[in-house]
Amino acid sequence: MTVFFTKEHEWIKVDGDIATVGITDHAQEQLGDIVFAEVPEAGRSLSKGQEAAVVESVKAASDVYAPVSGEVTEGNGKVVDDPSIVNSDPEGEGWFFKLKLANPGELDGLMDEAAYREWVKTL
Amino acid sequence: MSMDAESDTVDEPRLDKLPLDSWHRTRGARMVPFAGYEMPVQYEGIIAEHLWTRENAGLFDVSHMGQLLVHGQSVDSALEKLMPGDFQSAPDMKPKYSLLLNEDGGIIDDLMATRRGEDFYVVVNGATKHGDIANMRSRLPDEIVIYYMKEQALLALQGPRAAEMLDTILPGVAELGFMQAGAFNWRGHNLWISRSGYTGEDGFEISVPGIAAADLADAITAHELVKPIGLGARDSLRLEAGLPLYGHDLDDRTTPVMAGLNFAINKRRRVEGEFPGAARILGELGSGPPVLRVGFDIDGRQPVREGALVLTGEGNEVGRITSGGFSPSLQRPIAMGYVGISFAELGTELKLEQRGKLFEARVAAMPFVPHRYHRKGASA
Repeated sequence: MTVFFTKEHEWIKVDGDIATVGITDHAQEQLGDIVFAEVPEAGRSLSKGQEAAVVESVKAASDVYAPVSGEVTEGNGKVVDDPSIVNSDPEGEGWFFKLKLANPGELDGLMDEAAYREWVKTL
Repeated sequence: MSMDAESDTVDEPRLDKLPLDSWHRTRGARMVPFAGYEMPVQYEGIIAEHLWTRENAGLFDVSHMGQLLVHGQSVDSALEKLMPGDFQSAPDMKPKYSLLLNEDGGIIDDLMATRRGEDFYVVVNGATKHGDIANMRSRLPDEIVIYYMKEQALLALQGPRAAEMLDTILPGVAELGFMQAGAFNWRGHNLWISRSGYTGEDGFEISVPGIAAADLADAITAHELVKPIGLGARDSLRLEAGLPLYGHDLDDRTTPVMAGLNFAINKRRRVEGEFPGAARILGELGSGPPVLRVGFDIDGRQPVREGALVLTGEGNEVGRITSGGFSPSLQRPIAMGYVGISFAELGTELKLEQRGKLFEARVAAMPFVPHRYHRKGASA
């Protein structure tokens, strides 16, 4: 299992051809208290860069973009019911959706965890 | 993911620092540009700070606001040339909410004015203060002098436990009634304290010399009932209290009647009809304004924010949201905005449109969370 990170503060955990996508701890901290989350339904086909989910804090609304292309296999109903999970466990229970990778080559060039954590320090 | 709201505000020109700048930073505040200053938007988190203020007491730094001293011969009748309040018979030490109006009756700013002996102490919004001062100087007679007290900081202590806490360091302050003010002394510094605020809770606004502000803030927050609160919670608290925010819910094309602020138009002044925009405002008082500021209850959990459109069931645009967000106290989205007068009745079913998505909403009474001001003679 490998975890990739994007400059849009998303993480992608890849297990075989299934990728789990969420937002990073840095992202949830920047957003502040999260009060609303919307996740894509299973079966929806997403292409890289497409709006996939919505996350709203008290202060602001943000879109979560699909970092890679694929067909959604599951949206996380838990974060819809209790969006504060995204604050308390952003890189674990607070995941947004899983998708079946359409083009694993899209993962090339994404950061690994160490590179991402270093890059965030420079922001 | 996008983080637009964060990055939008970063490129503002040169920001000034307020007296409590480093005080906020050492307490872990996240500082953001606001009204030309760097201001604390949150410490531990907006929801926790919001709820703490509703249950205990929160200390807000509102030193960005403009504190003015207006004086000169017949200053009271001079102020009546600009505002619809009764300043001539205003008693000493009783803050009054009023509105600086343009000649069309539009609101240039909303403010608090208190007769203080020969002078009036006026507190205006931070983002508008320089414009207000210029406007007032140009419209007031030469013998009226406006002194901008930029060396003063302004702290607000708000919440149901505010009075008992503040009385421990400023004995006698709990004797003030709501919308009553007085001079106090703390460790040799002169303070001006009014029992007022912008959260819907009981509380105080404390004008303190900037050099003493950090020590006073330390003394207040040393108490276990008090936490420092950022501007994020200030906004969610005032929204729940149904209080308009200038630049969002009020602007210079909006009259007091449209804004539902008729209480600020004094009875004698209505009869005399000599305030800016009187013809239009009295007309609206008589036959109704074209639009009215109203509250909205919204179905679902998603916040609907400033800029969303208000639509009828058939999809016709009849208004706009001017403030909206998630209510931490009610755990649901609330909003305020303007609608055509025929849609302003409580309970009217309307739709809100935000980023292409429709939300079911209905016109709701404000405040969303009841005010708990300290009325003298009322049981606590």
